[in-house]
Amino acid sequence: MQVGIPKEIASGEKRVAISPDGVTKLKKLGYDVLVESGAGAGANFDDSTYEAKGAQIAPQASDVWSQADVILKVSVPQHNPATNSHEADLLREGQTLIGFLWPAQNGELMQQLTHGKGTVLAMDCIPRISRAQNYDALSTMANIAGYRAVIEASQHFGRFFTGQITAAGKVPPAKVLVIGAGVAGLAAIGTAVGMGAVVRAFDTRPEVREQVQSMNAEFLEVEIEEDGSGQGGYAKVMSKEFIEAEMALFLEQAAEVDIIITTALIPGKPAPKLITEEMVKAMRPGSVVVDLAAEQGGNCACTVPGQVTVAHGVTVVGYTDFPSWMAAQSSTLYSNNLCNLMGALTPDKDGRIVVDMTDEVIRGATVIEQGTITWPPPPPRLSAAPKGAAAAEPVVTPTKKSALSANASAYLNVGILAFLLLAVGYVAPDNFLRQLVTFVLACFLGWQVVWNVTPALHTPLMSVTNAISGIIVIGALVQMHNPSTWAVALAAFAILMATINIAGGFLVTRRMLRMFQR
Amino acid sequence: MQSILPQALYPLALIEAAAGTHTVVTHGLIMAAYLVAGVLFLLSLGGLSSQESAKRGAVFGIAGMALAIVATYFLPQVGGSPLAIGMMVVGGSIGLVLAKRVEMTAMPQLVAILHSFVGLAAVLIGFASFLDTSHVVTGAERIVHTIEIYLGVLIGAVTFTGSIVAYGKLDGKIGSAALLLPGRHFWNLVIGLVCVALGVWFVGETSISAGIVPLLIMTFLACLFGVHMVMAIGGADMPVVISMLNSYSGWAASATGFMLSNDLLIITGALVGSSGAILSIIMCRAMNRRFLSVIMGGFGTTQSSGASSAAQDQGEVQPITPEETADLIRHSKSIVVVPGYGMAVSHAQHGVSELARRLRAAGKKFEFAIHPVAGRMPGHMNVLLAEAKVPYDIVLEMDEINDDLDEVDVVIVIGANDIVNPSALEEPDSPIAGMPVLEVWKAGTVIVSKRSMATGYAGVQNPLFFKENTRMLFGDAKESVEAVLAALGELGTKHPSKQAAKV
Repeated sequence: MQVGIPKEIASGEKRVAISPDGVTKLKKLGYDVLVESGAGAGANFDDSTYEAKGAQIAPQASDVWSQADVILKVSVPQHNPATNSHEADLLREGQTLIGFLWPAQNGELMQQLTHGKGTVLAMDCIPRISRAQNYDALSTMANIAGYRAVIEASQHFGRFFTGQITAAGKVPPAKVLVIGAGVAGLAAIGTAVGMGAVVRAFDTRPEVREQVQSMNAEFLEVEIEEDGSGQGGYAKVMSKEFIEAEMALFLEQAAEVDIIITTALIPGKPAPKLITEEMVKAMRPGSVVVDLAAEQGGNCACTVPGQVTVAHGVTVVGYTDFPSWMAAQSSTLYSNNLCNLMGALTPDKDGRIVVDMTDEVIRGATVIEQGTITWPPPPPRLSAAPKGAAAAEPVVTPTKKSALSANASAYLNVGILAFLLLAVGYVAPDNFLRQLVTFVLACFLGWQVVWNVTPALHTPLMSVTNAISGIIVIGALVQMHNPSTWAVALAAFAILMATINIAGGFLVTRRMLRMFQR
Repeated sequence: MQSILPQALYPLALIEAAAGTHTVVTHGLIMAAYLVAGVLFLLSLGGLSSQESAKRGAVFGIAGMALAIVATYFLPQVGGSPLAIGMMVVGGSIGLVLAKRVEMTAMPQLVAILHSFVGLAAVLIGFASFLDTSHVVTGAERIVHTIEIYLGVLIGAVTFTGSIVAYGKLDGKIGSAALLLPGRHFWNLVIGLVCVALGVWFVGETSISAGIVPLLIMTFLACLFGVHMVMAIGGADMPVVISMLNSYSGWAASATGFMLSNDLLIITGALVGSSGAILSIIMCRAMNRRFLSVIMGGFGTTQSSGASSAAQDQGEVQPITPEETADLIRHSKSIVVVPGYGMAVSHAQHGVSELARRLRAAGKKFEFAIHPVAGRMPGHMNVLLAEAKVPYDIVLEMDEINDDLDEVDVVIVIGANDIVNPSALEEPDSPIAGMPVLEVWKAGTVIVSKRSMATGYAGVQNPLFFKENTRMLFGDAKESVEAVLAALGELGTKHPSKQAAKV
């Protein structure tokens, strides 16, 4: 089968779906690769490099679309003003299109794509489970965006990030607040910390706290306890009280920090408005807000998607195409994601694409199968942590119940024991009873003493009790003047056995105890 | 002198009366010696409550034993028997050699074989006491005495053969899987009933030549029962078996004490018996098993239904190389090692100890987490780590560390399986459901050093291996640890050139 790489036509899009290295990988999977002339130009990959790796070069987009069985793209299908055709209309029966699609936002486009009876896999719909990590293009792009956001902020921020004490005076470190500690947020934190800034981060999901702290940033919290973890590792919409507390925290922070980077997204919903105009006003002039959620409407009230604006003296960066700003890097990584996915789609490495709808990852990514919309997929399996917590709960209840009846059973046991002892006392001879008293008291004493033994010394406890149980030797000793020769022989052998025990048990105990050291 | 009152006061009076001689050493002195010996034994056990006082405790135990033997030796019945001294010298020497030679990893075997000696001694003493014609009792006392002999021999015989089988299983001479004969509960019941019937017969016979028959038959049956009982118990339940046999050896000593009217034997036997019983209880709690169901055997086979359902849809394991492991721990702040029987088998404890030393020297937090049933004997792992010179204050019990595992960067599981199995908590129908486990999966990354993907002794598949923060370090535990050490190099030393050479 042939894989086609058309040139991206969205305005400002510099990325390309497959890098020259990706061509090699696809050929290994058994595919022929057809690249539109100039497809890699934005990412500094020229046609000759592709050709050197074994790709064919097609002069026009229409050639790619008409010849290839699989089309690999980056951005959502667009209307092409040059040929006056829409990419979605070029999809034909038996053809597979893989790229970003955002089906939730692009309902009309989805309908349009069904007309050609082709199959469409959306890179943005790949379930975010561990197995799919190596084709999770969203994480790839988020990582780049997070890095670029900090670089962009430093561009517009007129000061150093790192604190310095120079001959010309002291420079305080820049304070950066990152809202949303997902992949982009963490990348931003890492970059900002690396540049020397003081970084704080906020997220509604408590489990990211450690990740934030592990990157040497401070994790901010509101005082209301609410878990914001939603399905598949994303955040969910929080309660009103929580949002109020959160807003108060942001307002307070806005007055303190120099740079705010927002990355808060809730899947399928417009980005939550977290930074109000009031907060922007509270920021010092010259501060910077970078809104990575600009494409979904933005987290900041002053964001203009796609543009850099100045509001109340604060620069608000609303670019929506950060990955495209680093086209070579993002193309290389995206190409790797695509090749990994193609690997999963080509189980036999024979250059034949197999869309296996029973595979959870592929099922999730497939939004249109032969002209039928298969989006949204059934919900992904939950992460394991809440299951464990739920399972732990019922374990607690029975122990409480049994504690209630423990007293009753203790009374019953003591009662039965007392009755049995009385019954024995009625029939047994004196001498036996006296021994029984000794025995029972010794049992109780031993019981009390041994419970205090520390678990680490359980093995020495066994070996020392082993040695002590060699006391049975005195039972054998008192038989030594037995008139029966047989009895003496047996007793002598018993002495031998018991002394092995005594000597062996004590020596090995001492050996072990000597080893324990602080 | 021969009145009832002194008899009641001096437990040895009965024996003394039978021998009817006087010595320089009075009853009073011997009794006092026995009392002191009993107290010393108690102090010896009490001393084990902490590592500092334990060494003192061992000295008390030895002193108590020496005192008891010397005092007994002066009893007229012993009468300075040179044969007894000879036997003690030979037995003592054998014991010392055994104890000197044994490796710490083979400690469970040694403990098991020593239990069998006590059981054998109890059987022999029971027979000797039965053959003793100098000591004539009648009426109710005779019945009690014969029952005591019978019980002493019974418990002794079960302990004897049970311990030998346990030794064989631990030493690998016998397969450690549970042997399940068809109708085994039925046969056990039959043996029990026959033993009771034989007991009635035995008590009814007054002459030695007639009584010896049921006693011998019963001894044979008890030996058979001991073998069968331990054969039916799987390898994972060995800590319980060992503790239980420990307990039995105590009860055997106690029964001998009843038989010979010797209080010191009764007391010491009771101490040992309750100690073993407590250990059995602790081990059963640690596995969330009922004592009875362990003794009935049958666990540790791979036929459980829960395992197969859990084994599905678990996905793939992610392997890791020793080099990557070294890299991971080099960049971690806190590391916890969970050792299991696999560490003992491959003698990896010294490598692990070296790992602990290097990482601690580099300023990292390094701790050990010990599950109560890790290994084949209570406290097995603690002894191995102590042997490898791991300081005991970084060796923590499960309860001490379980809540803090989520703050740990890397957990390294070495040769353990069931004790870190999340299905004990997450799957109610799992065979090990409800067993307390070390919740290692809460840590940042879990590295599992394991020879293969085989299941543990419980035969339960372990979902831990398939968790996304788990990496499998396949290979022999010792070799893996040494490879990690080699890749790690010396940490914390300020030799940039050395570091660069590594990279």
